[in-house]
Amino acid sequence: MRWPMIKAVIRIDLYRLFKTKDYWIPLVILGGIFFVVLPIVLLGSLGLVQQSGAISQIGQIIGTLPEAIQQNIEGDNPATRASYAFAVYLLAPIAIVVPLTISSAVGANSIVGERERGTGEYLAHSPLTVKEIYIAKLIASLIPGYLAGIVGFALYALVVNIIVGPQVGGWFFPTVGWMLLVLWVIPPFIAIALSLILRLSAKVRSAASAHQASSLVTLPVILMSYAVATGLLYSPVISAAAAGFIAWIIAAVLLITGSKSIKRERLLGVSADA
Amino acid sequence: MLLGPNGAGKTTTVRLTTGAMTPDFGAIRVLGLDPLTNGDEVRARVGVVPPKPAFYDQLSGRENLAFAATIFEADESEANDAAARFGIDHALDQDVGGYSTGMRTRLALARAVLHDPEVLMLDEPTAGLDPESARSVLDLIAEMAGRGRTIVMCTHLLHEAEGIADHLVLLEDGQVRTSGDPKALTRKYMPDPIVIIDAEDMESLRFISELDGVLDIRYDGAMHVTLDSVDRVPDIVIEAVKRGVRPTRVEPLTPTLEDLYFEMQRTHREEQ
Repeated sequence: MRWPMIKAVIRIDLYRLFKTKDYWIPLVILGGIFFVVLPIVLLGSLGLVQQSGAISQIGQIIGTLPEAIQQNIEGDNPATRASYAFAVYLLAPIAIVVPLTISSAVGANSIVGERERGTGEYLAHSPLTVKEIYIAKLIASLIPGYLAGIVGFALYALVVNIIVGPQVGGWFFPTVGWMLLVLWVIPPFIAIALSLILRLSAKVRSAASAHQASSLVTLPVILMSYAVATGLLYSPVISAAAAGFIAWIIAAVLLITGSKSIKRERLLGVSADA
Repeated sequence: MLLGPNGAGKTTTVRLTTGAMTPDFGAIRVLGLDPLTNGDEVRARVGVVPPKPAFYDQLSGRENLAFAATIFEADESEANDAAARFGIDHALDQDVGGYSTGMRTRLALARAVLHDPEVLMLDEPTAGLDPESARSVLDLIAEMAGRGRTIVMCTHLLHEAEGIADHLVLLEDGQVRTSGDPKALTRKYMPDPIVIIDAEDMESLRFISELDGVLDIRYDGAMHVTLDSVDRVPDIVIEAVKRGVRPTRVEPLTPTLEDLYFEMQRTHREEQ
């Protein structure tokens, strides 16, 4: 594995992405809505409406949770406890949705995009191995999503601490569960989605088809990760660590087998079977 | 030089040669290596200019060359030298998206040679270029060939490639119809000399068809006379003068690459 060459492909992919504003501005807006706008609106509304039917309904929902979890929800009145529950538990899965969506969008275009631009022909005639191209494309697709996740997570933490912090006696976020989610559980889920999307990107004939096909992969993975993330936040830390470990194993298997599914001919824009 | 009509298999041959495509059957050796098993080494020692060179258009020429230099383990200075050699160094800081076709071809050539390949494969390198740019590109190719590099060129613009090729391969339907040195092929496919003869009154030249050694006559602006030997030419001129004919042109025809190409194609189609 020749890392200087792999890094060159990653660098050029990211640089190209950075220079294509039409591509990344909608993704930034998406992240902004999920990580900043939505939390501000929801948590701000809860803070303003101290006494209402909604607050008591949320209180009832919190009351159905296991005692151990209820004890973790901070606040000395129903509105504060509702805000805390929203901030820590109910909005958790957005940390998965946004990076997955961004990485999928970038990944879907990665291999078929080379073919459509004609630059795939150059890569096909280059000394790069298919494995090196695959790894470079994988990392180049992973970085924007994960970066968006980390930056979004930091912004979300800021918003949550500013809005809910004063009600619970200071900065409380991120919790251990969230840290584990962002640093340990999300990355393998992105890798799982990308390993499948890159296979699709190498099979389909156009970027438009790749984007359509990638939604078939992204949606189930988002749903699965949403469920896992939500469950893990309510679970002991050890469960999250175990779930992340299993996800990493699945991701590793899919990533290792993924490079074998790409053929050099596919970069040329001709059927590998032709 | 690979010659052949569209769909003959020229581009496929280039792709097979670098191992970018896998052949259905048969064997290929490039620099003594099999591209299927030693593809990485073959590709590192070969440079390719595809028919429509593509670049990362949002990036500058310099950034595109720097990328290629890293992939081929060359220095940035080698990339700059290559750009200078192909006369594109002045535009390296512009985005490639704004390049003309000629500039893209020059950049593609610079990108293909920056690692000093032992074999350079050019697939229609002058396609879409204006005559001046095409001439310039061909001069640069000839210069590289003069420096001892092996250059494989696919083209159907035969008049532009005249004088460059030292080995021709005629491809059709993925098959090699014939190959060899242009002079040897000319002797094989066009063995009989042709003389172009013109006169003030073309009608007065009709007598030539009755002379010994005349194999064929056709008219293409002037009379093209195929002879069994070039030694017949003085006899024709003497006979014309005797008959009071005033020749205005008597010129042995040197077959062009295009003449040879069409003759080779005609011969092989007749054989089928």
